[in-house]
Amino acid sequence: MVDEGLKIELGKQGVFVTTIEELYNWGRRSSIWPMQFGLACCAIEMIATTMARYDLARFGAEVFRPSPRQADMMIISGTVTKKMAPQVVRLYNQMAEPKYVIAMGACAISGGPFKQGYNVLKGIDRYIPVDVHIPGCPPRPEALIHAFMTLQKKIDGQHLTGEGRPRHLDANAPGEFPVPVQGEHDLEPRSNGLVWPLPAIKA
Amino acid sequence: MKSVEEIKAAIEAAVPGAGVEIQVNPSVSGQHSLRLAPSHAVQVATFLRDDPEMALDFLSNATGVDWPDKEIAEKVKVTRTVTKTVDGVEQSVEETVEETKKRVAPGCLEAVYHLFSMTKGHGPVVIRMKTVNRTDQVELPSLTPVWRSAEFQEREIFDLFGIVFKGHPDLRRLLMWDEFKDHPMRRDYVEPDDFEYEPTAHDEVLKRALEDRAALAAAEAGATVAAGAAAGAEGAGAR
Repeated sequence: MVDEGLKIELGKQGVFVTTIEELYNWGRRSSIWPMQFGLACCAIEMIATTMARYDLARFGAEVFRPSPRQADMMIISGTVTKKMAPQVVRLYNQMAEPKYVIAMGACAISGGPFKQGYNVLKGIDRYIPVDVHIPGCPPRPEALIHAFMTLQKKIDGQHLTGEGRPRHLDANAPGEFPVPVQGEHDLEPRSNGLVWPLPAIKA
Repeated sequence: MKSVEEIKAAIEAAVPGAGVEIQVNPSVSGQHSLRLAPSHAVQVATFLRDDPEMALDFLSNATGVDWPDKEIAEKVKVTRTVTKTVDGVEQSVEETVEETKKRVAPGCLEAVYHLFSMTKGHGPVVIRMKTVNRTDQVELPSLTPVWRSAEFQEREIFDLFGIVFKGHPDLRRLLMWDEFKDHPMRRDYVEPDDFEYEPTAHDEVLKRALEDRAALAAAEAGATVAAGAAAGAEGAGAR
């Protein structure tokens, strides 16, 4: 690794020093294309974020793709009903690696105001791995931009080799997540234990 | 607009044996409704729509009501003969005693329709229909052939209350998935117990969460034992 101070000093002299990892992560984080996919009122804020006032294009994420095959990131923008949940997981499975998920708003992270509804999934993180959770009902565009920058920082910090390497560089990491089945009374299974272990209960 | 009594009279004049009853609303609004007999409901509805005086051409709302079985306790005065010793002499005396009698009023499901007239500018007229019970005889005639706007609302009633509308062109669940078996808006619906996995669970929620964990652990142990047995059998087969 090159010393950070030395790197800046060399930069002043017109010498650019970097690592493959840095370059690779810079490329990944600078063009995250979201999937064009809205679920509820949070989607309106998501749309506002892409418009001129907030301008998500500054972060390289202006191109909303209508196909999961061309998207890098899924913004779960709204309430996930139990009727919709299998489709959300299926769409996530159809996205190509590397892929990221932002759970936007109270509903997407926990069920929110509809938590006690029979038809509402209590957080999409029960079935797919979520990278960034944003609270809010709905979160303001600034919050979504903040989530986006958090995701970029997360990507920047990833090492390409070793234990914590991203999923797409790990041959043993799960590439597909089981799609829940709509049963007679509820979704089956109720959660995916690999991504969402049951939280400990403090008695 | 005509009063409920006048509407009832008009219906009975037009559809003989319609069996319309007035359901009085005792509240301030005084919005009384008409209970239709399911057998004549389509005829009555067609009359209400086509009659030039009523001209109820707009169905604004269709919804359901669940009336669960209700236990009614009533105090009844019962007179019975009791043998008593009065002044050292045994006598049979008649005595009035209050007894509490309990009976179960059977429940039913109800569909309620709110009708308006666009041409006349009046309304609402509220009509209702009741099913026989809430288990196996839950059929009512569909009013979709009369008012097209009932289609989705009757599907929703079918989905959430479980009323089966005969004559509906496309009776499928509207909000829940097709495999779903329950009717969530019924009073006795028990929702899936999946909403509280808080680390700070307490009281009733804590009790339920612990029970749920125990059940999950038991199921997992069962699966492990079964898998072990299967592996053992396989091993034996290989040998």
